Amino acid sequence: MTRLLPPLLLTALLLIAWEVACRALQVPPWFLPPPTAVAVALFERAPLLAGSAAATFWMALQALAFATLIGGGLALAVSLSRPFEQAVRPLAVALQVTPVVAIAPLVMIWAGLDHADRAVVALAAAVAFFPLFSGILTGLKSADPDLERLFDLYGASPVQRLIRLRLPAALPFVLEGLRVAAGLAVIGAVVAEFVSGSGATQGLAWRLLEAGNRLRTADMLAALACLMIMGLLLNAAVAMLERAVRSRLS
Amino acid sequence: MAGAKAAADVAAALNGVLVRYPGRPALGPIGLTIVPGEIVAVVGASGAGKSTLLRLLAGLEPPSEGLVCRTEGRTGFVFQAPTLMPWADALANVALPLELAGTARPEARVRAAEALAAVGLGDRLTARPRQLSGGMAMRVALARALVTRPDLLLLDEPFAALDSITRRRLIEDLHRLWAARSPRPAIVFVTHDVEEAVYLADRAVVLDAGTGQVVATQVSPGSLPRPDGWRAVAGYRAAVEALAAELARAMPPLTTESGE
Repeated sequence: MTRLLPPLLLTALLLIAWEVACRALQVPPWFLPPPTAVAVALFERAPLLAGSAAATFWMALQALAFATLIGGGLALAVSLSRPFEQAVRPLAVALQVTPVVAIAPLVMIWAGLDHADRAVVALAAAVAFFPLFSGILTGLKSADPDLERLFDLYGASPVQRLIRLRLPAALPFVLEGLRVAAGLAVIGAVVAEFVSGSGATQGLAWRLLEAGNRLRTADMLAALACLMIMGLLLNAAVAMLERAVRSRLS
Repeated sequence: MAGAKAAADVAAALNGVLVRYPGRPALGPIGLTIVPGEIVAVVGASGAGKSTLLRLLAGLEPPSEGLVCRTEGRTGFVFQAPTLMPWADALANVALPLELAGTARPEARVRAAEALAAVGLGDRLTARPRQLSGGMAMRVALARALVTRPDLLLLDEPFAALDSITRRRLIEDLHRLWAARSPRPAIVFVTHDVEEAVYLADRAVVLDAGTGQVVATQVSPGSLPRPDGWRAVAGYRAAVEALAAELARAMPPLTTESGE
């Protein structure tokens, strides 16, 4: 609890300063509404926002699952063969350095306009893929070289080596990759929703766009607050998982 | 393939072995024969190829040239660090070599528990490596190397990081475990400590710092295992001084190697 107190205090302080500044300087609410107005918007639009948050969250989660499967599977395959790794790595980096916004229109076409949610999941997965692939690959190769020698000495089969040495050694790296990728999946989902520019996905990004077009600034900030809270919760969940596994592992 | 079968009176042998690494002068030619049941200490400066010698004997590294012979029997290896799997408890760590060889898990666990009991850790079966002291972790590593009942046991400066009391205890334990087996396994023990070399081995071989060749062999006085208070006998000090002199001769010039 004492760890939570300082950030909560600072947040409260900033909100109070914001409120006071808005009132004292008589800032027009379409430009910057005070936090109380945002709170009211948050409360009034709660059912709508909750539904949108769930939609975005679900898409991000699906993207994370796909990215883990594909990134993990590819890392596993690549870890078994050095030439394969040399062939795949540049392509993975190429995917990473290509901005998701730039490939979004293409993915939209492929997914079909009726399936904007599929496109969003695919794009978010593309963004979340790299830290998982890279992290798991690093992890699979992180086992103590002397332990690898021991497995050589006792004639371990590739499967034994994978299950008894490399996968357990990789687990902390998988979790670290998952933590980074979880944040990226949310970002990817939101960016993809923005680019899709249709209400078909009904996610938080759409709420933001919609409110922005109508100059309902307080509604925008309410949606933004939802996104922020969602990101924080996701991060905390993965961090908790990480701690639980670490304490079991070492 | 360098795993030629050795004659019955040889536990392992290197014959005209050369090892080339890119960007470094080649090591060798190395010739060394280990007979069954003997304990051989290998001393030499850092970089003289002591660890390479062990890896060659274990078959973990192929020679660039020459012949490595080993018995058909099993080999155990102890590294400089305990090298335990941090996610597994002591029992699982020790059972690993048996399980990799296809021994059923229950039997492997029973034998691992026996091996741990033999090194005095019968009450720490479920301890994780991080819950063990350095000496205990090394004992687990020793148990893991012994659990397959090897005919050749290779130890690469295993006790170097431990305090001197723990080190002496572990050497006594090693002697005890070695003497208890019949037939006794051959042991090759790399160390940089001449006192340790004289005390624990039948003979000590000195590797040249530049070439990795065996440049001297000194037979230790007395027989193994050592009786209590053996370090006080006159022959021990003399042998230590003689080996230290041999080692000094095999050392590189002081400009490249300082203070070991």
